[in-house]
Amino acid sequence: MMNRTLDADITVVGAGPAGIAAVCRLIAAGRRVVWVDQGARPGGQIWRADLPPRWTQALDTAAASPLLKRLAGHAVVDADGSQRLLLHDTLAQRGLWVRAPQLLLALGAREHFLPFPGWTLPGVHGAGGLQALIKNGWPVSGRRLVLAGSGPLLLAAADTARAAGADLLLIAEQASRAALLGFAAGLDAVRLGQAAGLGWRLRGRYRSGHWVRRAIGGDKLEAVVISDGHSEQELACDELGVGFGLLPNTELAELLGCRIEEGAIAVDAQLRTSLPLVWAAGECTGIGGADKAQVEGELAALQMLGQDGQSQQAAHSKAKRFARRLARSFALRPELLQLAEAKTLICRCEDVSLGVLRAQRGWRDAKLQTRCGMGACQGRVCGPITQQLLGWDARGQRAPLQPAPIALFLPDKT
Amino acid sequence: MNDKIVLQIDGHPHAVPAGCSVAAALAHAGLSATRYSVSGQPRAAFCGMGQCQECRVTIDGIADRLACMNPATAGMVIATT
Repeated sequence: MMNRTLDADITVVGAGPAGIAAVCRLIAAGRRVVWVDQGARPGGQIWRADLPPRWTQALDTAAASPLLKRLAGHAVVDADGSQRLLLHDTLAQRGLWVRAPQLLLALGAREHFLPFPGWTLPGVHGAGGLQALIKNGWPVSGRRLVLAGSGPLLLAAADTARAAGADLLLIAEQASRAALLGFAAGLDAVRLGQAAGLGWRLRGRYRSGHWVRRAIGGDKLEAVVISDGHSEQELACDELGVGFGLLPNTELAELLGCRIEEGAIAVDAQLRTSLPLVWAAGECTGIGGADKAQVEGELAALQMLGQDGQSQQAAHSKAKRFARRLARSFALRPELLQLAEAKTLICRCEDVSLGVLRAQRGWRDAKLQTRCGMGACQGRVCGPITQQLLGWDARGQRAPLQPAPIALFLPDKT
Repeated sequence: MNDKIVLQIDGHPHAVPAGCSVAAALAHAGLSATRYSVSGQPRAAFCGMGQCQECRVTIDGIADRLACMNPATAGMVIATT
């Protein structure tokens, strides 16, 4: 198979808040940009197709420019240095190279999952995942829903689910009431207003200091057991959304050889990674929400254009302070790391249990002996879990970063 | 907004809301499990954002496509495994 090559000045990977903010700036400055994203529409996991009004017009202008080549439904599967990326066109099932001197990684985040008995049952989803599914038409009208885990994402998911007609039974937030009050006390007026509005709509169904102990069901979810550390309560339900916060997406950065620190792509104040001509912005540099992502996208774009971005620095510092408070307030309690039992599956692709993994010496051994992390998701779900539960270093990304037809990797033939 | 499209799931026609994802189409059709794991457990869409690969199905003859990331279209032929 012959993989075509596209040339540009800059490749931007990711079309969430950071990618959108960056692309609008770069196109306005006259750069040729190839914009790669796995989703069908710009917006990323947080906005989906529902962009804030601020960006709709800017994006329409950028989209109309001949300088922008937007590649939706494309996944980066391999790289030949940071200036050549191999893409998989998931619709046409073709390969495609993009070649550009500068690269911006706006890879976003995924949910932080922790295993508990029954978490593999149909009907159990990530909390943000459930929100994403609902926004794409997943039917929840009249279905009994429990949300559990930690952080503001639970509230956002609850709001979406209720608007779609779900029968929201409970939101179990693992953080203590004291931690939540401390967090609310530090919110600015706008965020406090948002939180108060959500709080009113969800009143009576939000419980702090509670977490999911197990999910029960045969072929699908039938009930959940919720605990506060002293007593347990069983609740019959149809859907469970669990989310323990977010994790930065770093796979492509790891493949390229960018330095990773505390699970995020390491960047300096100019959002440069450890590799020359590679920048990173948004959740992939550290979890902080859409505001941080937008300001980092703009800041990275200005840096790539050789401008200083001084006016963005104050907003950036504020967004980073908020990120630190978020992490402190919703720190996970140790009980959550004890939920999985010996027979609880950790690797969902290859069905490897915690008991089997405990007998292994590390990530590498586990891969060789049990196929943990070797399945379709390539360790995206079980890797961070083994890191957290067993202390393994589960990194070391190799191509293909996403499942892709083998033809993409065969030498080009004439 | 209430437009429906017709597509095929495991050989049967189903009318689902236009504009929904393949994952949503499978749920509308009443399928709770869309895949069986290597040890035979039922599974369905979990992460909802293209990471976990649990929702993979065959779409128009192409295997292992992610139901959560692909919009459902009229006439689409979907096969679960």
